[in-house]
Amino acid sequence: MRWGVITFPGSCDDQDVVDSLRLDLKQSVEQLWHKDELRGEFDCLVLPGGFSYGDYLRCGAMARFSPIMRGVVDHASRGGLVLGICNGFQILCEVGLLPGALVRNAGLQFICRPVHLRVEETDSPLTRNLKKGQLLKIPIKHGEGCYFADAATLESLRKNRQILLHYVDAKGKATPAANPNGSLENIAGVCNEGRNVFGLMPHPEDACNKLLGSDDGAKLFASIAAAAAERAKRHG
Amino acid sequence: MAEAGRKKLSQPAVTPELVASHGLNPDEYRKIVEFLGREPNYTELGVFSVMWSEHCSYKSSRVYLKTLPTEGPYVLQGPGENAGVVDIGDGLAVAFKMESHNHPSFIEPYQGAATGVGGILRDIFTMGARPIASLNSLRFGAIDHPRTRYLVAGVVAGIGGYGNCIGVPTVGGECYFDACYNANILVNAFTLGLVDKQRIFTGLAQGVGNPVMYVGSKTGRDGIHGATMASESFSEEKEQRRPTVQVGDPFTEKLLLEACLELFQHDYIIGIQDMGAAGLTSSSTEMAGRGGCGIEIDLSQVPTRETGMTPYEILLSESQERMLLVAKQGCEDAIKKIFDKWDLDAVVVGRVTGDQQFRAFWDGEEVARMPIRALTKEAPAYHRPAARPAHQDQVQQLDLATIAEPKDFGAALKQLLAEPNLASKEWIYRQYDQFVRTNTIVAAGADAAVIRVKGTAKGLALVVDGNSRYCYLDPYVGGVLAVAEAARNLACVGARPVGLTDCLNFGSPENPAVMWQFAEVIHGMRDACLALRVPVVSGNVSFYNETDGVPIHPTPTIGMVGLLERVERFATPWFKAAGDVVVLLGRTREELGGSEYLKTIHGLTRGTPPWIDLQLELAVQSCCIEAIEQGLLQSAHDVADGGLAVALAECCIGGPDKPLGVRVEAHEMIRADALLFSESQSRIIVSVKENNLERLQELAEQHHVPLLAIGAVGGSRLAFQPLLQLPVEELRAIWSNGLTARLK
Repeated sequence: MRWGVITFPGSCDDQDVVDSLRLDLKQSVEQLWHKDELRGEFDCLVLPGGFSYGDYLRCGAMARFSPIMRGVVDHASRGGLVLGICNGFQILCEVGLLPGALVRNAGLQFICRPVHLRVEETDSPLTRNLKKGQLLKIPIKHGEGCYFADAATLESLRKNRQILLHYVDAKGKATPAANPNGSLENIAGVCNEGRNVFGLMPHPEDACNKLLGSDDGAKLFASIAAAAAERAKRHG
Repeated sequence: MAEAGRKKLSQPAVTPELVASHGLNPDEYRKIVEFLGREPNYTELGVFSVMWSEHCSYKSSRVYLKTLPTEGPYVLQGPGENAGVVDIGDGLAVAFKMESHNHPSFIEPYQGAATGVGGILRDIFTMGARPIASLNSLRFGAIDHPRTRYLVAGVVAGIGGYGNCIGVPTVGGECYFDACYNANILVNAFTLGLVDKQRIFTGLAQGVGNPVMYVGSKTGRDGIHGATMASESFSEEKEQRRPTVQVGDPFTEKLLLEACLELFQHDYIIGIQDMGAAGLTSSSTEMAGRGGCGIEIDLSQVPTRETGMTPYEILLSESQERMLLVAKQGCEDAIKKIFDKWDLDAVVVGRVTGDQQFRAFWDGEEVARMPIRALTKEAPAYHRPAARPAHQDQVQQLDLATIAEPKDFGAALKQLLAEPNLASKEWIYRQYDQFVRTNTIVAAGADAAVIRVKGTAKGLALVVDGNSRYCYLDPYVGGVLAVAEAARNLACVGARPVGLTDCLNFGSPENPAVMWQFAEVIHGMRDACLALRVPVVSGNVSFYNETDGVPIHPTPTIGMVGLLERVERFATPWFKAAGDVVVLLGRTREELGGSEYLKTIHGLTRGTPPWIDLQLELAVQSCCIEAIEQGLLQSAHDVADGGLAVALAECCIGGPDKPLGVRVEAHEMIRADALLFSESQSRIIVSVKENNLERLQELAEQHHVPLLAIGAVGGSRLAFQPLLQLPVEELRAIWSNGLTARLK
């Protein structure tokens, strides 16, 4: 399968995604520059974490206008897979590929620490290799990761089972204490209705090797790779 | 008054008052006139004032710094460059340095700390290295001082705001509160970068006719005379000096970083230097100084943020995120293309000359002309008077017979763990991205941070450390202990030290007592570096840390880097499993002078700091490292502030998992409070599986290291028989909330 990882000006975790995919998951990855038009075929495009354009305006608000984003939207509309991590999630919300928005953490501070996530749905390429209710330990590191959506949006997210990951405690309970940033209903990751575009605040690329504390993040990437392989077989 | 060039630019007249307001004394002014053979104009006066400031010229410290050992088999670049560089094998080297940003951070904590981080990052990537880890050492006033909370919140947010945004992890650090910093906090920032040994760049200008290029942000009026401000003492009005604090733009620095690293892939440049303190002036003159050439700059070509800036302002601006480079002729367009990709300015502003002069032009008019040597090598250097202060004997007086032992040792331990200096610093480091670049194996909270070096089997350990109580009571011993403890911290994670950088924070060098402290600390550091075989490869001096004539405690901060040959062989401080044997390497003596216990429980900073035998210290460290390399240890933790009792508590409760209990027994024939809280040096608590105890004993014997099996891991209590017994869950709650509760 072919991964494309986009670098925006101010992306910080682009190389981390590339390294984790190449070194830990033995995947083939191409690095893409935001000023270029999207050329070539990719199974999954990754919008990485960081501070695109410094995030001096609203997070992701500038990056959505980068030339490459036209290609990202086209790719998604053709059913191609798109993964937004942290700042990438914010950009996908800004460009309208994902519902909701990410606002300032409830505690008003940047937070960096490992969190526990509970897998809620497994019929998405991001989570298909996992079990419903499975716990993952992956770090978060953000200042504006509080997920918000209006009541109607939340209702449709629930109805369509688009909420893929919740913040939980070590026992798997979605308590207020386990919610690191004040996210609506402890939401940590969602997908679109078509289930081909995903966004999450935690950083799976930081958890792809046991030496770094956890390899649970690799399970999410491996899920996507497996889904892409199956699609290729179907279409091939 | 003679002036260089034609008289087109109108400049203020140079009067004795103007000279004094530039921080130059009459002797220094006479020396300037001698160098020039005439009186300086206003612009030249400004240039001399920053280049001869304490901050840029190290005029009071140079004679002492020369005595530090700077050489070693692996040192590729010692002090004098933007950063030191050490070979780590596999064709790679590490560049690292630490710098202070004390005065700006007190005036405007967020921006002061942020630009401190920005500055040290540029010092590293200007060497051709990609920054991969940062640390910081912070000193604030008493926790209950009305300004402390504001300063802590601002400084921590500023460090995070800059480091997080640029994508360099902050993997550790230290933070200490003491009333001596009430009106003069310390913010020392450390960064380490990784560089291909064959592609190290330096701040060098050479080759007459080679173009000088300006890259990065535009120049504004911020930070003018920042270097001069850093060379003065504080008084109340200084808080109104906010305009001399620079404003950081980490996004632009991120672009500058990536653009420079792309540039370094090619052979387009001769040298490059960050425009840090004293901006364009120091970068251009220092580069010419190292190359033994001259340099001329056309100030009208410098990209500016606002109109109407004068040559004086352009030369002295400390606007951030700017670099100066000397290109190879004909490479200008290729360089511009790279910076254009990252939407940054890259402009030819001058050229290298053969006349060994610094010349600045404005609209074709020469507005400054000075010999490079006068601004660099031949800047003043002083042997300032130094004298042991009269009160030194008095502060060293301590009669333990007058110090009553606590009635309840458990309560004393709880009080210590709740003290912000010993409590968990998670409130601070959780605001830093510790994981970006996916190298972090041991993050903040351990004895030292450990990161992997991708593409090799190796790891690096990093630590910043310093103890100003010890330095206040005995600056020589304090200097020795600062180096020894930093090295011991590395040993506890399994790393051998490869090099050291320092930030030397002191009061006014014009005060003989301060100069004595400085000389003693350097002497102590020197002896420890020689004994432990650690070269000093870079550093920074920050004088004038005092307010209204009262200096801070002498505070040398040591940054040390260690190497692990096999990164998976590392240790953490925390107990791992019930049944493991707890072993103390080293001996506990009755040493309560200068201890955290004496300060917190008895309100005293007195006595003499603990004694140290550097040969034993080296032996203990070697023993610990080898035991970790051989896979014998489950955990290793340095016994430091708060003594054995606090160290044991940290082993029980400091880890990421559920706390574990321990049961140990007291052995030494000394006072009970000393047994618990003495800060005797050269001690490490390790835990081992029972079947490895014998091998550890053999290793300790080989190294002539005293070893004592003192107990076993297990249960839900920390039991130090027969003195105290406390539930570990309770200790963790106290320790976790100690700092947070006081910052609310």
